[in-house]
Amino acid sequence: MSDLKNVGRSIRKVDALSIATGRALYTDDFPLENPLSLMLLHSPHAHAEIIAINTSEAELVDGVVDILTYENTPHTLYTTAGQGYPEPSPYDYRMFDRKVRFIGDRVALVAAETAEAARKALAMIQVKYGELEAIFDPEGSMEPLAPKLHGEDAYAPLPVKYDPLRNLAAEVELGFGDMAKGFSEADLIEDNIYHTHFASHCAMEPHATKAYFDEKGRLVVITSTQVPFHVRRTLARVLDIPLRSIRVVKPRIGGAFGGKQEIILEPMAAYVAWKHKRSVRFVLSRKEVFTFCRTRHPFRMRFRTGYLKDGTITAMDVDALMNSGAYGAHALTVLSNSGSKMLPLFNKIENVHFLGRTVYTNTPVGGAYRGYGATQAYFGFNQQIDIIARKTSQDILDFAKKWHIRNGETSEVFRILGEGKEGVEQYIGSCGLDECIDRGAEKIRWYERRDLHFSPVPEKVRGVGMAISMQGSAIPLIDMASASMKMNEDGSFNLHVGATDLGTGSDTVLSQIAAEVLGVSPEKIIILSSDTDLTPFDVGAYASSTTYLSGKAVEKCALNVREQILTTASQILEIPRDELLYGEGRISDRSRSTEVRLEEVCLHALYTKDQYQIQSCASHVASESPPPFMAQFAEIEVDTQTGEVKVIKFVSAVDCGRAINPRLAEGQVEGATINGISYALHENYIFSDNGRMMNDSFWDYKIFTAPDIPEIHTIIVDSEEKTGPYGAKSVSEIGLNGPAPAIANAIYDAIGVRLFETPFTPDKILRELKKL
Amino acid sequence: MKDIFTINGQRIEYEFDETDVLLDVLRNNGHYEVKKGCGEGECGACAILLDGILVNSCQILAASVRGKEITTVRGLGNVHDPHPLQEAFADTGAIQCGFCTPGMILASYALLKENPHPSDDEIKQALDGNICRCTGYVKIFEAVRLAAERMRKNV
Repeated sequence: MSDLKNVGRSIRKVDALSIATGRALYTDDFPLENPLSLMLLHSPHAHAEIIAINTSEAELVDGVVDILTYENTPHTLYTTAGQGYPEPSPYDYRMFDRKVRFIGDRVALVAAETAEAARKALAMIQVKYGELEAIFDPEGSMEPLAPKLHGEDAYAPLPVKYDPLRNLAAEVELGFGDMAKGFSEADLIEDNIYHTHFASHCAMEPHATKAYFDEKGRLVVITSTQVPFHVRRTLARVLDIPLRSIRVVKPRIGGAFGGKQEIILEPMAAYVAWKHKRSVRFVLSRKEVFTFCRTRHPFRMRFRTGYLKDGTITAMDVDALMNSGAYGAHALTVLSNSGSKMLPLFNKIENVHFLGRTVYTNTPVGGAYRGYGATQAYFGFNQQIDIIARKTSQDILDFAKKWHIRNGETSEVFRILGEGKEGVEQYIGSCGLDECIDRGAEKIRWYERRDLHFSPVPEKVRGVGMAISMQGSAIPLIDMASASMKMNEDGSFNLHVGATDLGTGSDTVLSQIAAEVLGVSPEKIIILSSDTDLTPFDVGAYASSTTYLSGKAVEKCALNVREQILTTASQILEIPRDELLYGEGRISDRSRSTEVRLEEVCLHALYTKDQYQIQSCASHVASESPPPFMAQFAEIEVDTQTGEVKVIKFVSAVDCGRAINPRLAEGQVEGATINGISYALHENYIFSDNGRMMNDSFWDYKIFTAPDIPEIHTIIVDSEEKTGPYGAKSVSEIGLNGPAPAIANAIYDAIGVRLFETPFTPDKILRELKKL
Repeated sequence: MKDIFTINGQRIEYEFDETDVLLDVLRNNGHYEVKKGCGEGECGACAILLDGILVNSCQILAASVRGKEITTVRGLGNVHDPHPLQEAFADTGAIQCGFCTPGMILASYALLKENPHPSDDEIKQALDGNICRCTGYVKIFEAVRLAAERMRKNV
């Protein structure tokens, strides 16, 4: 495939100039005629029952049209998790509820002619709460006497373990081999508990939904979402209105990272619009995004690893406790992924056991977040292997190479653990992890830096650390993507995809794939994505699926179109189809003496005889989920006086299969990496004793800005995944897995301090230094 | 109240309340290229140039800008005739979701006007008030360097 013309080229994103010149429209940029402003009243209590709610005074505020509460809205149970049907997440959520379960939970919604009126009315709603005992610590959540968040009515639509009366939102257990034997054979056992913390996605565009009625009286919902088709399905069910009456449009999205795989605003917005037959505007404040939307699920993960003195691992036992917060969005699947995206990496361990539980607490709600459980799991995993490598006097790079999964190999975990059901057996068809490790090590100058404790000034010490990880590419046998395409008289093509570009560049990558198949430049592909009226179905942008899954649907669709072009060309040229060559923009005989241009092919098909439209559609379901692989290296400097950790240099080397657009792939890695470093060092939810997030602004929730950026290197290794479009796998999530453990391992390398809990703030460093 | 605003070289009258911030007045009147990311002056998505100075429009009362020249990213160029910074952001992959891009480009513009040959540190300092969550900033720095180079060559 060395003669590729479009795939493998770093062309501009198809929407780049419209964004750069300020013309691209995001949800809140669509003008509506006199929309109602929607504004939420949030709970001041972590756990309470609403005894009485009095909206009568608020309703008298000039301009107030309606106030929604649990008393006047549908009671249908659903999940805000935007997943396939039936969802693997429990149905434990209503549009409004008589009970509030975390500070920031929804209590009431005001719909008013102006934002000022809505704000004024909010302050006049009188709510009498009956406070309930709250539980914040996931460790105590399942105790018999712990307060229960959800009643008997909450249920899981899939046959999975779910027990709200014990605060158990999900449970996953798997094992193979003989654990007793594995541990009895071990010379040593490494037994550690790792904690990861809350984090906000911090997409620059706050969650936003607008809705209006078109001229036929259908409801059009423009929304900042990763999952337009799941939004439509959920709205129809929750509002009990015909699905055919709803059109969901995804415009440009100002970042998502999993945070917009949630159906939070849409049901409320659509309900008000439908009830009053009015257009509505619902845009959250940054504070609401922090406190009311989703977070990264915190984990406690205990790793018990048995091993011989030579480093042979004899058993791995993982006990995971995931804090779901007040509702169970992605409660099962993030938990499953913490096992299924981690355990196969060291597939040579014969005795493995994993027990994971997700529990409810009265804290902000966890959800999908780039990395999706793998990020949390690899924090412990990579420190565990660093510790064992050191204790058995091995270089962690050699140790990792000895144990990681390779081409042609499989893992029992793939078969056992799926998403709400059994997994899918798969054999690795592409693994460039050795090359990732080698090239990353060279770039960070591993062998010149490791164990050196280099000290540029007396109080500062440097160190290097590494972390490896894998992710997946779509959910096998569950996720489906589709595409449709038609040809125009100038040899251009309209490509319609359900795939959801969140800023990731999927519109561009999918255009490149279509252009490659059809032998045209990408400008000849006119892409339209994510409109439930105009484009075919796609599950949406999650599970690292778009390039791999939607890309394959586009490739199939374009191949069908290409076949029709050849058939038509055969009629025009009167040469058998099998003797034709498909060239750039033209079809010719083998000697290239007779040819017909694509324009002529389309004109012939549309206007000459037995006229027809050259067009096709195709769907794709993946039978496996080939993992991308990554090795990440940190060089850090610890200030032993202040406890501050500074990243000096960070290297990410990735095997993402063939990069369809290398520059965009690098951008995915760089963005995930900086998010990961920022998460490891700064970002955190700081709670008051009663469960209120205290730092709900960018001033106090510090994320990396330009001056914080260290020297960054991204390496894309050569790789080809045969099941993917032009050899591609996924790339968007994996880069978040390595920063925290690579930095933790580097801190140990520098000062001999092992941090089992994120983030690595100065107080923790100083506390640990004192213990030395 | 009413006042005349000068936006991207055009004078236009808008009606607004005395407590309205400039960001809201601009957005209410179709200047959707000015984004609202936080409303607290921290993220820089709403950045504009006021007489050539980079400011967060969410922190400025609309009533206070009389007689001043407002420049938004639309004032630099359009899809048919983009500014070198807009081209460079597109060419380097500095745009992912693009919500920060208008502010980033204006911050870069303000920098390059004062300093056509900025060092990497100067670029980082100049963009300190603009948050991006998608790119990790790496390609944004590259875009500013590339635009600076192209703009120097054009002079």
